[in-house]
Amino acid sequence: MATKLGTVTPVGSTGETSQKVCIHRTSDHSVEVVSDSGEGAQKCGQIFGAVSAKMGNGVWTVEIIPAEVEPPPRIPAGASGIRIRLGDRPVTNWGDETDLVVAFNDQALLGRHRLHGLAKNATVLLENMWATHDDPNIRAQWMAAMEELSEGDYRIIEVPMEEQCLSVVENPRRGKNMFALGLLSWVFDRDLERTREQIAEAFRHKSEEVYRRNAELLDLGYAWAGEHLDFRYDIPTMQADRPMVVMNGNQAIALGGIAAGMELAAMYPITPATSASHHLGEIFERFGGVLHQAEDEIAAAGVAIGASYSGRVAFTITSGPGLALKTEFLGLAVMAEIPLVVIDVQRGGPSTGLPTKVEQSDLLAAMFGQPGDAPKIVLAPATIEECFQVMITARRLAEAFRMVVIVLTDANLATGVAPFPRPDPDVEWLGGPPDMRAVPKDLRPYDWDPATGLSRRFIPGQPGGMHTVTGLAHDEASRVVYDSESNERSQTMRSRKLAALQSSLLPPSPYPDPEEEKGDLLVVGWGSTRGAIEEAVDRARADGLNASSIHLSFLSPLPPGLGEIFRRYRDVMTVEINYSDKNGDPFVTPENRRRGQLSWLLRAQTLVDVDCWTRVLGEPLRPGAIHRAIRDKLSGRGDER
Amino acid sequence: MTTPAIDPTPSCSLLELGHDDGRVFSMADYQGPVPRWCSGCGDHSVLSATQRLLAAEQLKPEATVFVSGIGCSSRFPHYMKTYGFHGIHGRALPVATGIKLTRPELKVFTVMGDGDCVSIGAGHWVHATRYNVDMVALLLDNNIYGLTKKQTSPTTPQGYASNTQPRGSYLPALNPLEATLGITNASFVAQTAEWLPPHLYATLEAAYRHRGFAFVRVLQRCPHFTPDMYGEVVKDPGRVELLVHENGIFAPELDRMVEHKIPHDPADLDGARRLAEPAAAIRLGLFFRDETHPRYEETRSLPRLTAREKTALLGEEFDRHAV
Repeated sequence: MATKLGTVTPVGSTGETSQKVCIHRTSDHSVEVVSDSGEGAQKCGQIFGAVSAKMGNGVWTVEIIPAEVEPPPRIPAGASGIRIRLGDRPVTNWGDETDLVVAFNDQALLGRHRLHGLAKNATVLLENMWATHDDPNIRAQWMAAMEELSEGDYRIIEVPMEEQCLSVVENPRRGKNMFALGLLSWVFDRDLERTREQIAEAFRHKSEEVYRRNAELLDLGYAWAGEHLDFRYDIPTMQADRPMVVMNGNQAIALGGIAAGMELAAMYPITPATSASHHLGEIFERFGGVLHQAEDEIAAAGVAIGASYSGRVAFTITSGPGLALKTEFLGLAVMAEIPLVVIDVQRGGPSTGLPTKVEQSDLLAAMFGQPGDAPKIVLAPATIEECFQVMITARRLAEAFRMVVIVLTDANLATGVAPFPRPDPDVEWLGGPPDMRAVPKDLRPYDWDPATGLSRRFIPGQPGGMHTVTGLAHDEASRVVYDSESNERSQTMRSRKLAALQSSLLPPSPYPDPEEEKGDLLVVGWGSTRGAIEEAVDRARADGLNASSIHLSFLSPLPPGLGEIFRRYRDVMTVEINYSDKNGDPFVTPENRRRGQLSWLLRAQTLVDVDCWTRVLGEPLRPGAIHRAIRDKLSGRGDER
Repeated sequence: MTTPAIDPTPSCSLLELGHDDGRVFSMADYQGPVPRWCSGCGDHSVLSATQRLLAAEQLKPEATVFVSGIGCSSRFPHYMKTYGFHGIHGRALPVATGIKLTRPELKVFTVMGDGDCVSIGAGHWVHATRYNVDMVALLLDNNIYGLTKKQTSPTTPQGYASNTQPRGSYLPALNPLEATLGITNASFVAQTAEWLPPHLYATLEAAYRHRGFAFVRVLQRCPHFTPDMYGEVVKDPGRVELLVHENGIFAPELDRMVEHKIPHDPADLDGARRLAEPAAAIRLGLFFRDETHPRYEETRSLPRLTAREKTALLGEEFDRHAV
């Protein structure tokens, strides 16, 4: 390939066979596949990730999704793809920069370069059809891209993907992804038989012919790599000591809902929550479950509340804008004490925000979104495994406490794929059928236990339990009342349930040493950032810094003992994916600084000066960035721009 | 974890709801506290007719649910001695849909005002009609917002003054019948009036017996804010036109009173749409009925699995994701 840029290694075009293959052994490696939207980069990465997990590598995948279904081709902002981080032990987050990229065009690659997604000296396998394209503009873009990419010191290897794929398919746009999978399979020495099985699973709804062509493209890519590439990576695998499963967080939510015995999910399509509903749509009916796609977000909440009221706890799945629309209904469920599980797969906000990107900015809306005092339980799973487990906890708490339980996941967990120990389904998880016996005489629908605020729920069909639930202030008999004393009493009882629940929770333990008595810095996180935070803490400690972390899964109520734990550390700082003013911003003072959402909450609840370090970059936090934040904080600098 | 003091041995008697257990119910068995509606409010009339219907049909109070939104008429469930769900403004229909999807054996009545049904909750009205869930849906339409004290509603006649449009409503009134008849899967559309109790009762009875979403618009006066709304018509039965047919709604007492009758087969949708258009007289009766449309809760009904079957199936799902 004739080019003036020295960074390009023209391996592909010469047809020579690599004489010497260098095998790099590594414990941690990140790969990206990027393309225009619709070219199947994600499918390629998902299959690669699943095969790697099955072979015994630690895996974490993150999808890179443009907000538009089909952005114009060849623009940096339209880069669509997936990052797969592989390890020789369990991987808990997406890592820092990418070591190896397969790019279907120069502009998608440029997009990742500009977002600082690629490691210095990263290796790039780049489709080279654009360099000699008929369109002079495209050739010019290619040249300009090469110029800009030369900042990165990447090793760019041109690959004639189009040319190769044309030998198997007429339209290589629908096939390059499997060729790319072949390239990666050779580079990482993946098990081809398992890969073919995974392709068959991915295309199980398509014809045998589609499978055959894709398998052929896989072999083609594998063979091409073997003939032309001079490097391979060896990431040692470990054999799991127990059966493992691999799925994304939305699939785990869907399966968790089923495992929790819920039989109705109501939803309205919204990114990035919808794929949970796709999974339910595929399998729920076999379990006797109904996925109801309502006319809007409000109706989805209403149908779920109607179902819960009728005796079976139901759930509704949404994201930020949908949570906003459901606000009034959630207030009603709080007031009438109707159990309900709400999944909020958080995305960038406010308003329509960044629909496909991760953020943790619905915490305060989840807690305080309703006008009036509306105590609710708020839970945040930190891993894909916890996405499954949280559903069982959520359903139980909703029912036992007659409360709304909001589960906050996010786009990172929703599309991230990681293996976890196979759950052993237990009939206990499902919960029993509702108690339909006659209601004892003199028992009222809100006979609150004064100590706990708990009361027994009456379900339509129970003789003797007839009453009207209402969103108006009401007394124990559910009669509408306007007197001060009743209003004060009923609000107290609804709030007391949270205090009662909190009394049963355990205080969190610091990572990595649960027994730690004191330290310099305690990092506090919640939700999907746990893996990145703990990896950053490990790195900081390797540097000799005295940093620890705790991670909260209960956000309402907060676990007990936080103030006491915080006071054992010189500094406490939350790390979150939401907005905060930075120290040194114009007009920003310690008094008016708008802080990360958890930090705001913790300061209010513990009276400890909890600092925060937050970013809204539309991507998961990188452990390296958190590591730097820890270093800065310990050297006396706060979060600055 | 603290658990509430609930007896852990449930017994499932869902299937017994439809069984005759020898109890006999009178109207008093359905009557809750004395209604707090204004004297002269049309809601009283609908409440009495409904309680009479429940007694006539011997509905079990514990197996009957009244769902409402917000407004004067939405206090309705509080005055029944059945299960009731007094929810939020405009959202009665989604709740009722959730109840029927989960417990199709329950008898569900949804009571809405005009603000509820055709204004803030209009989207749900359109879709509930299309779902065709088996329930009685009452639109208690007094053409005004009463609880909040006289604001224009979508059904307020053009030119009628209110506190928000003191120089008269700017737009022609929305016609709920025409709109409902235009929705896919509409299966029962009727109109009656609170001041004609025999017709009101006959309409409620036909709606209850309909298998599907039975939409009934009840024309009402608000004694405070629209007392004159149907003044002429109330005084002069000559201003009423009754839709009559052997498959329609028949109220013998009224039959003698009302002179103008329009023969109309409720199977005739085009005819129904023409008759629903604004006219000089007020038309009451069954505009349309079609029981062939599938009911959503039946379409979505599935066999219930045992806990063991479920866990076994869940195990198979995990196998699909096995590493």
